[in-house]
Amino acid sequence: MGEVLIAAVLTIITAATPLVYASIGEMISEKAGVLNLGVEGMMLMGAVCGFAAVNATDSSAIGIIVGMLAGSGLSLIFAVLVLGFQATQVATGLALTIFGIGISSLIGQDLVGIAYDGLPKLPIPGLSAIPVAGKLLFNHDILVYGSFVLILVVSWFLRSTRSGLILRAVGDSHDAAHAIGYHVIRIRYMAILFGGAMSGLAGAYLSLSYSPLWIENMSAGRGWIALALVVFATWRPWRVFTGAYLFGGITILQLHAQALGIGVPAQVMSMLPYVATIIVLVLISQDHNKIKLNAPACIGKPFHPTS
Amino acid sequence: MIETAVNSRNTLLRLEDMTKAFPGVVANDKVSLSIKSGEIHALLGENGAGKSTLVKMIYGVLKPDAGQLYWTEQPATVGNPAAARRLGIAMVFQHFSLFDSMSVLENVALGMEKGIDHVQLEQKIVEISNRYGLPLDPSRHVYTLSVGERQRIEIIRCLLQDPKLLIMDEPTSVLTPQEVSKLFATLHRLADEGVSILYISHKLDEIKALCESATILRGGKVVDSVSVVNETPSSLAAKMMGEELQLSEKASHTEVGDVRLELNGLTHIARDPFDISLKNICLKVYSGEIVGIAGVAGNGQDELLKAINGEDLCSPADSVKLDGKACADQGPNQRRALGMASIPEERLGHGAVPGMSLLDNSLLTAFQRLEFLEHGFIRYDRCQAFCKSVIDNFNVKSNGMGAQAASLSGGNLQKFIVGREINQKPTVLVVSQPTWGVDAGAAQTIHDGLRDLAANGAAILVISQDLDELMSISDRVAAICAGVLSESFPMEAISIEQIGLMMAGVDPSSELKDQVSGRLLNQLAGQSEESPGNPP
Amino acid sequence: MIVSLVKRPEQSQSMVYVSPLIALVFTLIAGIIMFMIMGVDPSEALYAFFVEPLTSSYGWAELGVKATPLILIGVALSIGFRAGVWNIGAEGQLTLGAICGGGIALWLYDVDSFFVLPLMIIFGVLGGMFWAAIPAFLKTRFNANEILTSLMLTYVATLLLSLLVHGPWRDPDGFNFPESRIFSDSATLPVIWSGTSLHLGWVFALAAVAGIWVLMSRTIIGFQIKVVGQAPDAGRHAGFSVNKMVWFVLLLGGGMAGLAGLFEVSGPIGQLLPSISPGYGFTAIIVAFVGRLHPIGVLFAGLLIALSYLGGESAQITMNMPLAVTGVFQGMLLFFLLACDVLIGYRIQWGSSAAASATGSGAVSNEVPNG
Repeated sequence: MGEVLIAAVLTIITAATPLVYASIGEMISEKAGVLNLGVEGMMLMGAVCGFAAVNATDSSAIGIIVGMLAGSGLSLIFAVLVLGFQATQVATGLALTIFGIGISSLIGQDLVGIAYDGLPKLPIPGLSAIPVAGKLLFNHDILVYGSFVLILVVSWFLRSTRSGLILRAVGDSHDAAHAIGYHVIRIRYMAILFGGAMSGLAGAYLSLSYSPLWIENMSAGRGWIALALVVFATWRPWRVFTGAYLFGGITILQLHAQALGIGVPAQVMSMLPYVATIIVLVLISQDHNKIKLNAPACIGKPFHPTS
Repeated sequence: MIETAVNSRNTLLRLEDMTKAFPGVVANDKVSLSIKSGEIHALLGENGAGKSTLVKMIYGVLKPDAGQLYWTEQPATVGNPAAARRLGIAMVFQHFSLFDSMSVLENVALGMEKGIDHVQLEQKIVEISNRYGLPLDPSRHVYTLSVGERQRIEIIRCLLQDPKLLIMDEPTSVLTPQEVSKLFATLHRLADEGVSILYISHKLDEIKALCESATILRGGKVVDSVSVVNETPSSLAAKMMGEELQLSEKASHTEVGDVRLELNGLTHIARDPFDISLKNICLKVYSGEIVGIAGVAGNGQDELLKAINGEDLCSPADSVKLDGKACADQGPNQRRALGMASIPEERLGHGAVPGMSLLDNSLLTAFQRLEFLEHGFIRYDRCQAFCKSVIDNFNVKSNGMGAQAASLSGGNLQKFIVGREINQKPTVLVVSQPTWGVDAGAAQTIHDGLRDLAANGAAILVISQDLDELMSISDRVAAICAGVLSESFPMEAISIEQIGLMMAGVDPSSELKDQVSGRLLNQLAGQSEESPGNPP
Repeated sequence: MIVSLVKRPEQSQSMVYVSPLIALVFTLIAGIIMFMIMGVDPSEALYAFFVEPLTSSYGWAELGVKATPLILIGVALSIGFRAGVWNIGAEGQLTLGAICGGGIALWLYDVDSFFVLPLMIIFGVLGGMFWAAIPAFLKTRFNANEILTSLMLTYVATLLLSLLVHGPWRDPDGFNFPESRIFSDSATLPVIWSGTSLHLGWVFALAAVAGIWVLMSRTIIGFQIKVVGQAPDAGRHAGFSVNKMVWFVLLLGGGMAGLAGLFEVSGPIGQLLPSISPGYGFTAIIVAFVGRLHPIGVLFAGLLIALSYLGGESAQITMNMPLAVTGVFQGMLLFFLLACDVLIGYRIQWGSSAAASATGSGAVSNEVPNG
């Protein structure tokens, strides 16, 4: 029984990790006042490019880096359109997703069906030998560790650094930040690129570790769930983390329930994460004040530097 | 108190022939001025005279087309605000650069050039706020602060940089008279310590009370540089306004008729944490009169307008009555049918749709009252005739009915919006900030339009932060503070300091005994002859 | 050389129409580059994509068939987008339309009556409306973001369809394939151009364009939609209910998407399958934007995008090119369009900008005299 439980928790971690990356990345970009609805597209780009790179070089490190670069490369298009060309964020984000789905399946047409062993596990010497906890916490691949580090760094960055303060300021009032002399556009570029890189990582995790293989549209709505998680977490990193694990749990729950054959059709169980997303969104959104006080005030608004 | 040092002081800032042109307008035409250390220097001019452009060039926000700036008699180029701050120039803008969801401390930290330990910074804030009489709690969030408190954050931000020159752009437009006198005490204290202050205003009484010398701008040019001691408010006004000078004579009292608008315990709980709740508001506005509502920005003016025009519904139904009909539970359309019209403060986006033509914008609020619809289809022919009449009657300068609202100047758009409502012949009109940021000509047109409407029997409620405006057009005045409306008083029975107390939420009748503050404020108001200061 | 953008005092009306054409040119240029990277002869590929499908009457009819759902949904989404309501779950509403309308076809499988098809149409519309009513309710009642809720419901709808065709609605004589029975004749859309597959749905699409054009340009409802979308506060001041608009545009969008879904299953497909649309509900978003959120524009944009679907198929057959190229083309077109739209509000100034702001960061400088 203990083994089963440990196995279940481990699968929850694998299901939660891509959500952590994608939603933390999106949260940073939203903190700077930019709503990027292209997470799904950027994830797919990260997934396919990371997988292609590993396939070509046999180096998982290169795969991870390429996945990140692919995500931020796609987000650069978004950034240029939104920041440089004053395009509306919602429409551009949708375009990014549509484009990402298309281009990723084009790039990946020859990669379908290729197998990959997955990222190597990196047990931490000594610690991984601890019963139960060792297996649960200290015997993962690099991206899982990375997600733990990311959450620590991001919450420290936002809470305790001056750069974090400036980032939040840009999202709270771009006009005020501009008037004081901060480079709103430059800061937003960086935030968007970071968000893209994290979505790319999330995708790379899917194709290099979670599955590990490439299939068209393999993110299956996780990018959108990540977007919902940011709202659910009211733009706070630790709540994003919690939310990601909650959703990881739901995903795994439905997989296990299907495997156990509890008499509910597979499709109904598969609906669970999507339905849960809606419920969670409703629960958090109905508290108008909570959203109003936590959401970055400038989110989605275009910025024209005037003097 | 500062005359002693005048002669020994050096010139801190000198401008020579500063010129800046924008497409279609020369905003500054060879403007020169000089400011000595420790001098409080006024930059005086009407809206549109070029004051803001000039200070933006000093502060490095705008680049001059021509002209030279001398700092302590050395030629200097101010490339950007950071460079200005390095020279020792600090500026408090009219629009604050604050972050609502952050604390005072974080806001101040963001205004610093470099990162600083927050514990240290907090101590400094407390120290400066005590020293200059600017009480402020560093841990409070900005959205919980009054406008006056927010301004203090801006001032503290400036003072932390140890400025040699402090520029203040119309700082008192958001303050109560009492807050104004506190601010002036702070500014005098700074000047005594040797800080120069460039004080931008169009309020003559303030300049009389505060400043030593003044440079007067009109149409982008310097018309005069004067020592304030030798001037009277009216001589300054003459210079500021030139031939345009028209003393707005108060309308002769029209006959007051029946109650048209009645607010009877109007209460509205704010849904949004940034909004103000209205508490038990009672007011009657009679046919033929204009009632003014004074108040510092953000005290519930917007919410009051929305509760009266039907954008926000309230209960019970009889807490708003139009011509005796209870309608607090009815939306804008039903209230318009009862004769109500309203003009919100925000012109673009609330009063008008920026990207739509004037024709569509005239349809916006008039379609129902003027019957522009047939079975849900729009009769643009009727609407055109109406739109044309508004443009003609109110002298709206535009490229015709097809011009987008956003392309009009502030004054012309405001004339259009006011005209659109007045030409529907409402029986009750609620208007917020009718002449905010509008040039004198347009303000005149708008005030005339309001007076005519009242003379024809409408009841008008004017919500304004501009006390001068209220004093010139209202028959009665009340003040709103934190969502609570004071009693109203006939204009001739109340003094400006009493209004000030009401704006601060204090009952004027009990507090007016404090003769000392009364005298100071009278001096500020510059019209002690009109206001004997006795309670109504 | 420095390029800068200068804000126009007023939006340029001509650029509203010119910008899609510029975007199309850029898309073709980018497409040529893409084909060269893929090692395909660009002229041959472009011919296969954009010309070959139109060389036969079959191709023209197919164009209408493919454009029908795109136009039906695109024209409805465009007014939603004008109202600032981001219904991006049209694919799910389309699926529900197919399920409900198709369900009637299966239920009345043995009934041979004129009334089967109209009943299917009604239920298809109602199904789409029902699916769109969920985000409408959640948004107006709980303030939940309609982008996310409508999208999540798309996944749910797809799974629901899969559940039905794998289970209760599976064809009893279908060798266990996840497919429903093929609809009876009275449940199949009549063809309006004999010898081709162009069906009655095309007439509905044209009628929808005309109807919504009138709605948007001449009626107070259309006026309200435009006002609420551009300036919600001004809408409230004028007495327009934002919630009512949300309901209206979502129900309209859902209904039209449901209709499109029903037309797919009772027209070209003729039965219920696990997958009934190559993403028409998403592509219609592109159609709406390329069509300038204007009904007539949507008509042309729908035909253009339909051509890209046909072109993708023809290029796949003749040149063995992957179908995904279609999606890339569509995405690029939308990108270039969004970029070119900057010309509506700004004009390009070559050389150093006279209005170079001292603090100017970013590509846009916009100065106004202020004071």
